[in-house]
Amino acid sequence: MREAAVVSQPNPLQRIPGVAIVLVLLVALFSAIAPGFLSVANLSNVLVQSTILTMLALPMTLIIMTEGLDLSMGAVLTLTSLCVAIVSLATKSMLLGLGAGLLVGTAFGVANGWLVAILGIPPFVATLGTLGMAQGLSLIVSDGQSVVGIPHSVRDIYSATLLGIPVPIVMALVTYAAFHGLLYHTRFGTYIFALGGNREALRYAGLSPNKLLIAVYAIGGAMAGIAGLLMTARMNSGHPTAGLGLEFDAIAAVAVGGTSFERGNGWLLGTLLGVLSVGVLRNGLNLISLPSSVQVASVGVLVIVALFLDGLRSRA
Amino acid sequence: MTDIAKDAIAPPRSFLSQDAIQVFYRLLAAFLICAVLAVLSDSFLSLGNILNVLRQASLTFFIASGLTLVVLTAGLDLSVGANVALSACIAGTVIHKTGSPALGILTGLACGGIVGLLNGIMVTALRIPSFIATYGMLWVLNGLTYWYMAGETLHGFPAGFRQIGSGYLFGLPIPVYLLLVFLGIGTLFAQRTIWGQEIYAIGANPVAARLSGIPVARRLLLVYAVSGTMAGLASIIFLSRLNSAEADIGESLTLPAIAAVLIGGTSLFGGVGTVFGTFIGALILTLVLNGMNLLSVSANWQPLVTGIIVILAVWLDMKTRRRAQ
Repeated sequence: MREAAVVSQPNPLQRIPGVAIVLVLLVALFSAIAPGFLSVANLSNVLVQSTILTMLALPMTLIIMTEGLDLSMGAVLTLTSLCVAIVSLATKSMLLGLGAGLLVGTAFGVANGWLVAILGIPPFVATLGTLGMAQGLSLIVSDGQSVVGIPHSVRDIYSATLLGIPVPIVMALVTYAAFHGLLYHTRFGTYIFALGGNREALRYAGLSPNKLLIAVYAIGGAMAGIAGLLMTARMNSGHPTAGLGLEFDAIAAVAVGGTSFERGNGWLLGTLLGVLSVGVLRNGLNLISLPSSVQVASVGVLVIVALFLDGLRSRA
Repeated sequence: MTDIAKDAIAPPRSFLSQDAIQVFYRLLAAFLICAVLAVLSDSFLSLGNILNVLRQASLTFFIASGLTLVVLTAGLDLSVGANVALSACIAGTVIHKTGSPALGILTGLACGGIVGLLNGIMVTALRIPSFIATYGMLWVLNGLTYWYMAGETLHGFPAGFRQIGSGYLFGLPIPVYLLLVFLGIGTLFAQRTIWGQEIYAIGANPVAARLSGIPVARRLLLVYAVSGTMAGLASIIFLSRLNSAEADIGESLTLPAIAAVLIGGTSLFGGVGTVFGTFIGALILTLVLNGMNLLSVSANWQPLVTGIIVILAVWLDMKTRRRAQ
């Protein structure tokens, strides 16, 4: 225990057991009790359904690494999904729809970052406020109704394949690679580690922690925009409550994945395994015909257990 | 130097005079909103509408008053809305099954209290940050409620029970009397009891509180349990007023409750604020939403406006405190 405290950069391998064991246990459990869980069709279904969550959980990892939180992500995703639907419906162009989603998402991300960094409002309250705003705007732009009749070019994104791999999975893999490169192989990534660990050091190095913080939240908003396109494509419509609560699954994935809420160190591969754990849990409970309400409750329990273990580890 | 020394040894009652100024500003804001609404809308000053505002404000206040104590300890309880929904559904089932409103009320209060106690255990024993612990609880409760109700709606309760939420006494809605009672109890508890003052101390400086012998964990447990029980009380009022219970009734309650606490001048950073301030906060928020309603703004705008108000309230609070220092 004492030796571990001396090592400044904990070896990621030490943390593999936590989330990997969770994933293996869940897969083993559902292989045993859920008929059809291990079929190729179902497993690829789990992967495709986890793509939207991946796009939220990766930026959420960065945000949590800065000792922040983004509760607005699900509501912003809902809003961007509606923007994609409305704009692509009006212009018949998937790219313009994506552009609108990206714009709105990034705007919300910048607003979150501004509230947290410049005004100094605690992240969970600032993003709770923007959650309300995004939810309200979703209701206002959609008038509480679904947006239907979106063009095929949007819908096809979810069902198309590239070299035999579903496009959403390709998008998720590209996203993962981009985040991995960004966090571990660029200066910006190093600064993100410093934002959570040692903000003073950034200031002494002549950098502006505030600008960096805004950038991190903006990335989260932009990713919610891209995920909004996938959400619209998946539902073949825009719906004013489509993404509500997804931020919770994202937080769950990050927490299960071993990123600490208090020490500013993050682990992207852990988050990816965390996303799969949440995906397997929901899929497996679904297969044994437990309603989605029970899935929500079990994800809640998963988060509380993961945070408890995280607390134990940080005190050890 | 002498000022600092005076501050340090001044009895906690000196909080009141400072808070009195804060409360005065907020009362002024409430009157200004009333004046504007009275000009803009003919029906605002009608007796029916004013009683309606008071009744609506009392519902927000019940949830927000318990939450105030939590925020005073520098914590947050995001599960209050979901707690109201679960407690209402369980209390409603008990009334339907046993026919006894008293038993239903007790069950609702107990359910809310137990949820609050679990929150407290997560925060104290498991040492999970309160906003994450109660956020996890929110989804656990949501899941439980939807599963328990399975899409059903409970409808139709005894007339006597419905009086609690919709009845009148000497021309005033019964929830308003309850509001006055709990406003009194809450204020007395926070300002005039040792436990109340210990809660302020924990929020102002948890380490100092622990070193001066305050049983911090037990007080935190109490605070979260009170917040949960008040959510249970709110669930009873809701149940009796709506005369029905559904799994989704709590979803729009948490943000307004937090807004009421923050508008009321209770600081997110703990140690500063009053239950009376929260009452004014609930009143201001209700006036704004009522005004939007009277001016026929669609209800779809309410989450947007509440969200903006939450952020504005925190920002103003931080600004005034920074200037004061």
